[in-house]
Amino acid sequence: MEHAVREEQGNLVVSFEGDVDLEHSPKAREVLLKCVAEGKNVFVDLSAVSYIDSSGVASLVEAFQSSRQRGTRFALVAVNAAALRVLELARLDKVFTIHATLPEGTRGGA
Amino acid sequence: MPEFEIKRVLQLRFPARAAELKGVRDAVREAVEGCGCSAKSTADIVLATDEACQNIIRHAYRGESDDVIEFEIEHRGDDLVFSLVDHAPAIDPSRVQPRDLDDIRPGGLGTHFIRRVMDEVEFLRPASGRGNLLKMVRRID
Repeated sequence: MEHAVREEQGNLVVSFEGDVDLEHSPKAREVLLKCVAEGKNVFVDLSAVSYIDSSGVASLVEAFQSSRQRGTRFALVAVNAAALRVLELARLDKVFTIHATLPEGTRGGA
Repeated sequence: MPEFEIKRVLQLRFPARAAELKGVRDAVREAVEGCGCSAKSTADIVLATDEACQNIIRHAYRGESDDVIEFEIEHRGDDLVFSLVDHAPAIDPSRVQPRDLDDIRPGGLGTHFIRRVMDEVEFLRPASGRGNLLKMVRRID
């Protein structure tokens, strides 16, 4: 699993690539919680995630709950079909805010 | 006698470590696709069997170790039969239950995924009398 964090107009965009599985989800959790702790809105790009399991989903849930406690936004972006299926199985597809693309106002100005 | 041939399509033996699971998933995917499962069913089965391996690592062996997981898939007529054997102390199946999904919290989803994907899930005693045998059946769509 690879990850990248970039700031766009005051928001943090976290991108994961590869397998977010038992081996790598501790790192995903650490990255997500650190981003949320900065007090900014966090958008998680899952377009390049090839596989996500219950431990990866748990990392997303924990960061989501942490952001709610802080009153910041936490949303998923560009969730591919494989990841969406896992969220559906967990019935979390209706819990998370999911955007097809980064919402207007969070993209870097060109 | 069954009217269908029982064909073993995968047999693996690997240490109970997270780093092993990607290779296991790749092997399961190839074996299950070879039995005629759709792409969607294959992905579901890969997830459920991965979660079953994780449960063994996390709960039966109580963390990563060099203890062994034995994993076998048999193609029996319209069914795929998945057998996972560990050598950990016997678990209490009543404690391996999916949690209420309305309770939004991290963790506890693996067992739910297994129950959603598989048609039958059974905890048995291995023939050796030691450890645990998880038997799961999924009909081929």
